[in-house]
Amino acid sequence: MKASKFLIATALAAMTSAGSTNASAKSLTLCWAAWDPANALVELSKDFEKQSGVDMKFEFVPWPNFADRMLNELNSKGKLCDLMIGDSQWIGGAAENGQYLKLNDFFKANKISMDDFIPATVTGYAEWPKNTPNYWALPAYADVVGWTYRKDWFAKPELKAEFKKKHGYDLGVPKDLAQLKDIAAFFQGRVIDGKKVYGAAIYTERGSEGITMGVTNALYNYGFKYQNPKKPYDMKGFINSDGAIKGLEYYKALYDAGSPPGSSDWYMSENIDAYKSGQVAMQMNFAFIWPGVNADKNVGGDRTGYFANPPGPGGHFAQLGGQGISVVANTKDKDSALAYIKWFAQPKIQARWTEMGGASAMRAVVEDPKFPTAQPYNKAFLNSMAIVKDFWAEPSYASLLLAMQKRVHNFVIAGKGTAKEALDGLLKDWTEVFKDDDKL
Amino acid sequence: MSGKVVDTLAKATPPRLARKFKGLSDRAIAWIFVAPTIFLLLAINIFPLIWTIRLSFTNFRVNRVNADVKWVGLRNYERILSDPDIWQTMQATAHFLFWTLFFQVLIGFALAYLINKKFKGNDLWTTIIVFPMMLSPAVVGNFWTFLYQPQIGLFNYVVSFFSGVDPSSFSMIGSVDLAPWAIVIVDTWMWTPFVMLICLAGLRSIPDSIYEAAECDRASKWRQFWTITIPMVLPFLMLAVLFRGIENFKMFDLVVQLTGGGPGSITELTSINLKREAFEKWRTGYASAYAVILFVTIFGLASIYVKALNKVKER
Repeated sequence: MKASKFLIATALAAMTSAGSTNASAKSLTLCWAAWDPANALVELSKDFEKQSGVDMKFEFVPWPNFADRMLNELNSKGKLCDLMIGDSQWIGGAAENGQYLKLNDFFKANKISMDDFIPATVTGYAEWPKNTPNYWALPAYADVVGWTYRKDWFAKPELKAEFKKKHGYDLGVPKDLAQLKDIAAFFQGRVIDGKKVYGAAIYTERGSEGITMGVTNALYNYGFKYQNPKKPYDMKGFINSDGAIKGLEYYKALYDAGSPPGSSDWYMSENIDAYKSGQVAMQMNFAFIWPGVNADKNVGGDRTGYFANPPGPGGHFAQLGGQGISVVANTKDKDSALAYIKWFAQPKIQARWTEMGGASAMRAVVEDPKFPTAQPYNKAFLNSMAIVKDFWAEPSYASLLLAMQKRVHNFVIAGKGTAKEALDGLLKDWTEVFKDDDKL
Repeated sequence: MSGKVVDTLAKATPPRLARKFKGLSDRAIAWIFVAPTIFLLLAINIFPLIWTIRLSFTNFRVNRVNADVKWVGLRNYERILSDPDIWQTMQATAHFLFWTLFFQVLIGFALAYLINKKFKGNDLWTTIIVFPMMLSPAVVGNFWTFLYQPQIGLFNYVVSFFSGVDPSSFSMIGSVDLAPWAIVIVDTWMWTPFVMLICLAGLRSIPDSIYEAAECDRASKWRQFWTITIPMVLPFLMLAVLFRGIENFKMFDLVVQLTGGGPGSITELTSINLKREAFEKWRTGYASAYAVILFVTIFGLASIYVKALNKVKER
């Protein structure tokens, strides 16, 4: 009798606790990279938690491991993430392999219009196939590669005079890539305020995507194109055009003439460190770092200026960064995940997102007349976002990326072969990838 | 085991258990005990191996489970063996393997020989020397990248101090000529203590009486070293080479942290290349063929080596 009473009591307790667990069990896990904007999103999401009663959890992975970790999660159909702020290049694979939910119907039902976002971010972060109205994400974080420079060093009269004498034009924001190299070389090894400094910190990282995200800023502007605009996947003469070869030679010349010693494997964080510690006159980096630079006590405020990637002889582009937010197809709570997207798409939330350290891609935010002057870097951000171009977003983007990392690093950093050999090799690798995918 | 002990054990067997096994032959009982281990081995070693071999003949990609899987025959093997980039990674691995083993054996044995001499603070020095191998390879990789930094790195300053070369004029991990040596130096720093410990065990296993006998025969110290110490330590040394050889053939973490395989592909070892094919490009079929080739290579070399080791032991 005692035993049966005990069993009933235990069962009741278990049922009660199960009930209470269910009542508070609505939770979502949002997966993203571990960086400053992610911390801002945690703060911002408290508003969603308050409104919806859904508990928000976050899984942030440092950038160098972000793609590895998250693509593993998606490919293994893991249940960790309900929402994913994934890299723009993942969209093709995630869409074709059924890893993200298609959002067209949801957008239509909730009157979320892609016309409200910067067109380049819609193409870059949300569409697959590209330039078709098939949406797999909501633009979440607008980002682009741009430059910061030491305004205080550029303003030194003795340096200005010396530069003018040497190059015949004023030391200032470079008007094109050739000037950027001149300036980097001018500062290389120079002693300023008693300290040896260098020209420019540029992306050279080998392991993940670094050097590709850097070199494309030169390649695009010298005439590199991914494919024949009239014939998809026809790459011969586009990725290894004469202009592209010159672009690659330019990047190597910039590395050799103007980058700090030992910067053979540098990406975002190394460039930030070099700039903030006063080692370099200029820094290539994604715009997300600009608020941090502006607030820095050593180099922030008036000491730093910002500019968009300068044009070259073949055009004016900058490498797109940033991400869209998607609902993972394997989510355990699709309704709450979609509710989060709906909440996030509101103009007032997007405005607050930018205020808190995020970077909204919503036109209402960036086209606000107050926006360009709200922060010293906003104008450069807008100029940069107007010229963006992105890497492949094919399902095989990783194979395409790794091939480019290898070919470019071999030439630019290791100095092996010629630029033509590197790009011809890249053509061979990419052709093989598309052949394996039955696209050629 | 004596009959008495067997009887005692048999009597100690609980009656219920005894009834269960009654009538089973010794062979059957042996199988019952061995079966779980065999099952585990089949499940976690043999089955994945067979599955990998099967996948190596297909174009399977684990990130595209819905796509058709085609049988491609030997195409993956052909592509791997005729790819100059893969041969370059093999070359990089061979360079790394040869020089790390060379330096680790040389320095490890020398340290063991010194530590084996009785002196004050012997134990303290042993602890200090083995310290690097207690660290995580990721940590070692990270702090050596700082040591190798041309502007702030201690390594460059030490080289500069002795050679007079400007410390920021060379980059250990950014130069094609120096990077392969940079990873050899770090691995040698980290794992020489392991070789030293094994050699020390070998040295301490040599009975003093053999040296005493040699002294009686008026053998010189040099002669004792070559005819007693080296032959008797050799099996230990070969064992250390086997362990380090296998470990370094699959070296990954340390080198990824240090160079990421660069500059270019100069330090891209086979394990790094294989990981990129399998888990970044997701070419599962291709990577399986690659893994099979590496497995056969290691298995073949290790078998030859173990035979040689056994011969040395028999002498």
